[in-house]
Amino acid sequence: MTAPAPQDLRIITSRFGIEDGHTLAGYERTGGYAGLRRALEMAPADVHGEVRTASLLGRGGAGFPAGVKWGFCPPGVWPRYLVVNGDESEPGTYKDRLLMERDPHQLIEGCLIACYALGLSQCFLYVRGEMAHAQERLAAALNEAYEAGYVGANVLGAEDFSVDITLHWGAGAYIVGEETALIESLEGDRGMPRLKPPYFPASIGLYGKPTIVNNVETLANLPWIVSNGGEAFAAMGADSSTGTRVFAVSGHVANPGVFEVPFGTTTFRDIIFDPLYAGGMRPGRTLKTFIPGGASAPWFFEEHLDLPLEKTTVDQAGSMLGSGAIVVMDDTTDVVKACHNVVRFFARESCGKCTPCREGTSWLEKILSRILAGQGRPQDLDLLMDVCDNISPGIAWPPRQTTICPLGPSAVSPIASALERFRGEFEAYLPATAVTVAGVAS
Amino acid sequence: MSENETVVNITVNGKPVQAEPGEWVIAAAERAGVYIPHFCYHPRMNSVGMCRMCIVDIDTGRGPALQPSCMVAVSEGMVVDTTSEQTRKAQDGVLEFLLLNHPLDCPVCDKGGECPLQDQTMAYGPGESRFVEEKRHFEKPIPVNDFVYLDRERCILCDRCTRFADEVAGDPLITFQDRGDQTQVNTFPELPFSSYFSGNTVQICPVGALTAVPYRFKARPWDLTEVESTYPNPMGDRVVVQASRDQVLRYQGVDSDAVNWGWLTDKDRFSFEATASELRLQTPLIRGTPLGRPDPGGSELVETTWRQALTQAADAIKAAVADKGPQSVAVLGGARLTNEDQYTWARLAKAVIGTDNVDAQLDDGLPADAVLGLPRATINRACTPGGTVILLAPDPKEEQGTLYLRLRHAVVNDGVQLIEITPRATGLSHLAAHGLHHRPGEAAAVAAALVGGDIDSGPDGDIGGVPSADVAAAAAALADRADQPITVILGRPSLAESADFTLDAVAELARFANLLNAGGRPGIAFLPALHRGNVLGALDMGLAPGLLPGRTTLADGGRSLAESWGSVPSAPGAGTRDILKAAAEGRIDVLILLGADPLGDFPNSEQAEEALSQVGTIIASDLFLNPSAGRAHVVFPAAGFAERRGTHTNLEGRVTVQRQIITPPGTARADWAIATELARQLGADFGLGSPEEVWEEIAAVAPSHRGLSIEAIDASDDGVVVADSSIAFTPPESSASAPPTDAYSLRLVSARRMYDRGTLVQHTGSLAGLAPAAVLSVNPYDFSRVGVETGTDVKVISNVGEMDMPVVADPGVPRGTAAFGYNHPDLDVRDLVDPNAAVTDLRIQTR
Repeated sequence: MTAPAPQDLRIITSRFGIEDGHTLAGYERTGGYAGLRRALEMAPADVHGEVRTASLLGRGGAGFPAGVKWGFCPPGVWPRYLVVNGDESEPGTYKDRLLMERDPHQLIEGCLIACYALGLSQCFLYVRGEMAHAQERLAAALNEAYEAGYVGANVLGAEDFSVDITLHWGAGAYIVGEETALIESLEGDRGMPRLKPPYFPASIGLYGKPTIVNNVETLANLPWIVSNGGEAFAAMGADSSTGTRVFAVSGHVANPGVFEVPFGTTTFRDIIFDPLYAGGMRPGRTLKTFIPGGASAPWFFEEHLDLPLEKTTVDQAGSMLGSGAIVVMDDTTDVVKACHNVVRFFARESCGKCTPCREGTSWLEKILSRILAGQGRPQDLDLLMDVCDNISPGIAWPPRQTTICPLGPSAVSPIASALERFRGEFEAYLPATAVTVAGVAS
Repeated sequence: MSENETVVNITVNGKPVQAEPGEWVIAAAERAGVYIPHFCYHPRMNSVGMCRMCIVDIDTGRGPALQPSCMVAVSEGMVVDTTSEQTRKAQDGVLEFLLLNHPLDCPVCDKGGECPLQDQTMAYGPGESRFVEEKRHFEKPIPVNDFVYLDRERCILCDRCTRFADEVAGDPLITFQDRGDQTQVNTFPELPFSSYFSGNTVQICPVGALTAVPYRFKARPWDLTEVESTYPNPMGDRVVVQASRDQVLRYQGVDSDAVNWGWLTDKDRFSFEATASELRLQTPLIRGTPLGRPDPGGSELVETTWRQALTQAADAIKAAVADKGPQSVAVLGGARLTNEDQYTWARLAKAVIGTDNVDAQLDDGLPADAVLGLPRATINRACTPGGTVILLAPDPKEEQGTLYLRLRHAVVNDGVQLIEITPRATGLSHLAAHGLHHRPGEAAAVAAALVGGDIDSGPDGDIGGVPSADVAAAAAALADRADQPITVILGRPSLAESADFTLDAVAELARFANLLNAGGRPGIAFLPALHRGNVLGALDMGLAPGLLPGRTTLADGGRSLAESWGSVPSAPGAGTRDILKAAAEGRIDVLILLGADPLGDFPNSEQAEEALSQVGTIIASDLFLNPSAGRAHVVFPAAGFAERRGTHTNLEGRVTVQRQIITPPGTARADWAIATELARQLGADFGLGSPEEVWEEIAAVAPSHRGLSIEAIDASDDGVVVADSSIAFTPPESSASAPPTDAYSLRLVSARRMYDRGTLVQHTGSLAGLAPAAVLSVNPYDFSRVGVETGTDVKVISNVGEMDMPVVADPGVPRGTAAFGYNHPDLDVRDLVDPNAAVTDLRIQTR
């Protein structure tokens, strides 16, 4: 049996090349809503079973099995809600945005299938505030879907299945990508992470009710899984990371973009260097470092290129696949500036709740700014590491944290990675001679 | 099965500790003597885990891990290490982070010297900062309301004030804004932090970010002396009184489990300003000429000696008794005194003078038997999880601030169901399970239907103006929880109607209580929410007609008390209303006013005026020269709160101590001493030389207080609840009935607001201007009927008077009803109220 060509393995980006793929006509013409019709013929528990069989890992960052998460709702507590996390804000990550822009009906169909499997009748679709185009496309698609009877009362004439999908635009905070902060924001409150436990909103979530929060890409897989069966999905990719996964490659590559690849079997070298995907470095440049899974992931280097894009392997290697954003930096990169850029992002996005994150990230940013301005002191490099240590004790991976959510420790990763590998570049920014205070004998 | 019987065994720093199930690690450790540093954690509020200072090593079997001890509940076998290297490093780190942006202005900060951040830094922090960058800057203190200044540079964002406003007070008017290191606490635009409880945020602020205007820059903590005491309000809020150089500078709430949980209202917290008022009476006054010469018929009050004032008072009393008998002497007031003061005045009046015309209430409360003759509840009983509270009283948020906070907590957090039988919505209505807002004067019908199970609706499908379905739902809810404690908060919901309406409702509830309480269930108990400081003590000490100290009547306790006192009045005397009526008719020769202002407070102002003009000699003992005291012939300057020792009785019957920390102004004296001196002038030696000796006598002669030593009261943090009573509640003989309403009138409800014309409020500079505007509140649906719009200036007309004021929409006022504040500084609602009518109907005319 010959392996199918990688293009044929595209499950959820299959309509990216189709001009009208975002419209209901285009979607239906290319097999859209077949998964929903198939699901409605099945018992809800069987739909849930297919998802469990598929071993579909959540695509938001933490990589928790979706089928298992669905089972966490406490029995007998109703109503329950489905919340779609479309607040994709991690620097370098833009796969969900494209999924919403190019194939909004696929996401809507995924929501409907999830609601059917879980017996839900209310879904909230939370879209990042800045994604104007995705919002327009989703709103248009949802209107079409309501009109065509896919959404609303008695979906496709089903007697006992009605779903409302409510769109909600975010107000511009990265932390709202954290699911409990997203729920707070959805409720109209300040987007701040909730205390844990409860660890999963599945027990106590939106309006205090059991709530399933799924990522856009996760749900977009459902139509295919229901149409083709969980086993077919599980047959793709690696044992532990099944199906396909969409990665957003950006930075100093010849062909940056979003690529759907078999999950767990493709390597970093494949996705960065294969002409099918990112096509290698810009002409004449060599790889310096890359971030394998979004701005909060520790950096990888040349020696990591042959690791497969598989959750466990990458975790064990000391980083994560996270949000599926691969940021590639070539030999022209000033790592101190790169580091500062990432840290500044986290300092600005800290919600302000936990002291170490609120004060620590902005302090790190200030120290790096000072170093870049040529006012660094020799002790600043150790200070950076010690501040990092106070946010994330031990600077280990997976990170430990003195904070409620992982945002603070996220700012630690780039500093720890860069300082360990490129300490010399930081030192080069320090003034050549030690600053002495006038009048004080050295 | 009781959860309290189980304990959770944990280890803290190698020491075995028995914790309570569900207890936070930080609280269990603290009880075991291990202090875990913290800023955001507050035992009376939900944990938020914001500051991260209390992070310690906690091992629940999976190895030690840093966890916030304010958010982790104890579990069996848990091992806590607050001293590990990892813990120390993390806590030092948090402290350093907190100090990055915190200004080093401790020398000019009110909090310096009592600042947790300063203390932690001294104890654990590094000597120097590694932070060389520019600190965060905000405009230095900005006012968030009339009392409280906010310095956002000092703020460490612990969420205490914002949580208090939201969770405890229910006034979420301050909140976090912006994010990251620019996060700040602030009010919403154009909306001040107008809460009756804002001062508590200053007390719980762990740094000097929130400061109170009345205390700003007044003292350093180390210069303050302090005593624990009881604030003289009906709740008996526990306070610490702090003073410097013989001047009270601050009250801080004390976290008493039984009472106020550490909270105070702003009205009470800042009332210390009145203590130091220049208008305090400092020396005895008698009538005299404008040139200051004594003259019994003089137009002025002139300073005199105690000897002269006492002699003059005694002579007047002697003459009155000799002339018309002891009944021609009457005593009004005394509700603001200590138990000892009240007892001594009661003994003077009833044993020495021989009059029973004594009343501490000015006809604006409830008869003593409705307070002392019903099963008495405690605050904690009212707040029992799963219980029911029936509110038959004025708005606790306006009149009993800390009771409101306790009830609010019980309803929000402990599943207490609240049923309101009130003529209008209260500050708790939005939390009430059932709000039965009846027509004025028709509470009894609602109460009867609620507990009688007989929902017999009127022609309009309503009971007393409440849809009968609502009453039925409330009745079902009440029956549903009849096995749990039911507590009635009892007071006068409106002063524009006869008290009999309330008593009729009480009679219905009391009947039900008799039925229910016989069944071995927790049953019904009553919590009297009366107005004025120590009014409950006054009733206990016999400052009411027909009553003697120790919750007994003349008939029951007279014989036994006469043995100690020598004699007691032979027949019950009159209450305030009849005393003033008798006075107006010339039958009262001497009227003694104990901190009382009948001109200002008696619901029938005309009658009060007439009475005072007819009385031969008025003797007043007061802190201030109020309008009635200004008419007196002899004025004694009295010592006030914090200026004298004694005990106080709260609405539960809880007796707690009040302590002295400053000397009274001038020659002012405690009332017990004034009464003792006056008795001596009248030829009776009480043999009482100190408040402790007075208490000893109370404990010897008052049946309900018998054997209760001052040492026992003093030794207990929460005082002692006196439960015995031999008084029986006597329901009114015939029930009152309200006349039918007509379509053109609005029926008036009038109750007190937090900030009114009260003496203390008006003499507290920070509070004096806070009374809300004088407006008539009407349901918005009535506007078209009346033909006006909100904000319109109208003429409000009753059968006895009229006044001009704007009318405003208030959905909390039921249709057909109008509400106006009692004791308002600008407009006196008594001018509209016919004291002889059961209810007050108003008509509105556009001007």
